Amino acid sequence: MTTAAPAATRASAPNRPADVIFKAVSTTAGVLILIALAGVAIFLVAQAVPAIIGPLPEDDSFWAWVWPLTFGTLWSAFLAMVMAVPMAIAIALFITHFAPRRLASILGYAIDLLAAIPSVIYGLWGIAVLAPFMQPAYTWLADNLGWIPLFSPPASGTGRTILTAAIVLAVMVLPIITALCREIFLQTPRLNEEASLALGATRWEMIRMAVLPHGRSGIIASSILGLGRALGETMAVAMVLASAGAVTFVVVGSQNPSTIAANIALRFPEAHGITVNMLIGSGLVLFAITLLVNALSRWIIAKTTVDGGR
Amino acid sequence: MSKRIEINDLDVYYGSFKAVEGVSLEIEPRSVTAFIGPSGCGKSTVLRTINRMHEVIAGAYVDGEILLDGANLYGSGVDPVNVRRQIGMVFQRPNPFPTMTIRENVLAGVLLNNRRMSKSDQDDLVERSLRGANLWNEVKDRLGIPGSGLSGGQQQRLCIARAIAVSPDVLLMDEPCSALDPISTLAIEDLIEELKQEYTIVIVTHNMQQASRVSDKTAFFNIAGTGKPGKLIEYDETTRIFSNPSVQSTEDYVSGRFG
Ligand SMILES: Nc1ncnc2c1ncn2[C@@H]1O[C@H](COP(=O)(O)OP(=O)(O)O)[C@@H](O)[C@H]1O
Ligand SMILES: [Mg+2]
Repeated sequence: MTTAAPAATRASAPNRPADVIFKAVSTTAGVLILIALAGVAIFLVAQAVPAIIGPLPEDDSFWAWVWPLTFGTLWSAFLAMVMAVPMAIAIALFITHFAPRRLASILGYAIDLLAAIPSVIYGLWGIAVLAPFMQPAYTWLADNLGWIPLFSPPASGTGRTILTAAIVLAVMVLPIITALCREIFLQTPRLNEEASLALGATRWEMIRMAVLPHGRSGIIASSILGLGRALGETMAVAMVLASAGAVTFVVVGSQNPSTIAANIALRFPEAHGITVNMLIGSGLVLFAITLLVNALSRWIIAKTTVDGGR
Repeated sequence: MSKRIEINDLDVYYGSFKAVEGVSLEIEPRSVTAFIGPSGCGKSTVLRTINRMHEVIAGAYVDGEILLDGANLYGSGVDPVNVRRQIGMVFQRPNPFPTMTIRENVLAGVLLNNRRMSKSDQDDLVERSLRGANLWNEVKDRLGIPGSGLSGGQQQRLCIARAIAVSPDVLLMDEPCSALDPISTLAIEDLIEELKQEYTIVIVTHNMQQASRVSDKTAFFNIAGTGKPGKLIEYDETTRIFSNPSVQSTEDYVSGRFG
C-alpha cells in the first residue's frame, strides 16, 4: 500500500534502463526456478513410471523393493533427530543463557565451523574413528541389554551400524539446528524473561516459562530443516553404513537397512535398464517424503504460533 | 504479610557506571510510596534493587543494604530467587506470558513453589487473585484464553493478579499505568488504594497527579547531569512534598518548572 504512492509518481518519469533490465532479469530468474522445479518433478515421474508399473527382474514389485530403503531413510533420520534436537537446544540455551560472553562466542563459532565441513569428511570420520570407537559399546549393549529390541544381538563386528550412521547424521545437522535455535532464543522478549524472574523463577524455570514457549515454533522449524538434511544426506551414510537391505529396528547389528539417497549413490553408476528407473523411482519417493515433511512443519508452525509468541 | 523496607546508603552500579548514589529511606508497611523525578534519575534502578532484579543485568551490582523487616536482602547466603518470591513486581509494559492462558498466568508464580496444588485450591486462588486485581468479572467466563488476548489495561491487571497470587510482602510497580489509557489508569489507581490494606507498595510514576492521588509518602529523585549518579533529594509525606517541600528543586519539579 505504501509503495503505491511513490510508484505512481515515478510512473510519469521515463523508464530507466537499469530498472527495465533488473525487472527482466528478476522475472526471468523467477520463471526459470519454476520451470526447473517442474522439470525435475516431470523427469522423476516419467522415469519412475516404468519401474512402478512394470515387472521387475528380481523383486516382486517396486513398492516391496523401495520399502526397506524408505524405512532405513526414515529410521536413520529419526534416530539422528532424537539425538540432535535435544543436544542442539541444550547447546543453544547454554550459549544464550548460561555461558559467559567470551565462551559463548567461541562456542557459537565452533558450531558454525561444524556446518562448513564437507560430508565426505564426516563419512571418513564415521568409518575411521566413530565406527571402531562405538563397536565395543555395541557388543556390550547386545550382551547386556539384548532383551531390548533395539539392541538384539548379534552385534556388528565393524561398528558400521545404522546407529553409527545416525550419530554422524546427528553431528551433521547439529550446527544448523543450534544456530537457528540460538537466534530464536536470543529474540525472547526481555519483558517475558523478567516477568518470570520477578516471580521468583530460577534460571531454568525462566527458560521453561519464557524462552522455550517463545521459541517453540522456531525449534520445530529448525528441526524440520535439520530433518530435511538428514533425510537427503547421501555421502556420509553411503560411506558409513554397512547395509543389508533388512527392515529392522535393531540399531547395533550388522543387518542394517540402507537409505534411499545412499542406495542411489552406491548403485547408480552401475545401473542400467529398469534398475535406473527403480532408482529414480526411489528418488521420487524421497522427494515426496521431503515435501510431506515440509508441509507438515508449516502446518505445525501455523498451529503453534500464538500472536505475541514470536 | 506486609513488611517494612529500610534502605541504607545504597549505591547502584551498571558495570563501572554509578547510576544511583547514597539512597537511604524507610518505607512503612501498608503504605504506598511513590518515586518521582525526571527520567534517567534512577527511579526504576532503585526500585529494581528492592527485589534484586537489578542484578539480572550483566555487570550490574549494588553497594549498601536493604532490610526487609530487619533482614538484609543483600546478606551473604540470601538467594535472590527467594527474595523475588516475597517481593512482587509489576512492569511498565504489561507482560503476561503470551503462550499461557489467563488462568495459567495467574498460577505461574504459585506453581513454581508448590507444584502439587489441588485443582480446587487453584480455582480458589485464581478467583481470589483476579478479584483482588479487579479483573474477575471481566474474565471469569474466559479463563482459558491466552492472556495476550486482553486489552492493555486488563493485561496489566492480570499482571497484578499474577504478582499478588503468590501473597508477596511487598509489591513494586514501575510506571504501571504509563502504557494505559485514562480509564484503565483510574482502575489501577483504585486497585492500588485497595491493595494497600494488605501490601507495602512502592510505585514509580512520572505522573505527578498520580503520585499525589495514590501515595502516602513520596520520594523525589534528581540527577545533576548526564553521566552523574541520581540521588534521593527529598522524602516526606506526599501532601508535604506537593504543598510545601523543603528543597527548592523538589518545588521546581512538582510545580512543573522543570523535568
Ligand atoms: N540496563 C542498563 N544498563 C546501563 N545503564 C542503565 C541501564 N538501565 C538504566 N541505565 C542508566 O541508569 C540511569 C537510571 O536509569 P533508570 O533507573 O531507568 O531511570 P528512571 O527510571 O528514573 O527513568 C540512567 O542513566 C540510565 O541510562
Ligand atoms: Mg524508569
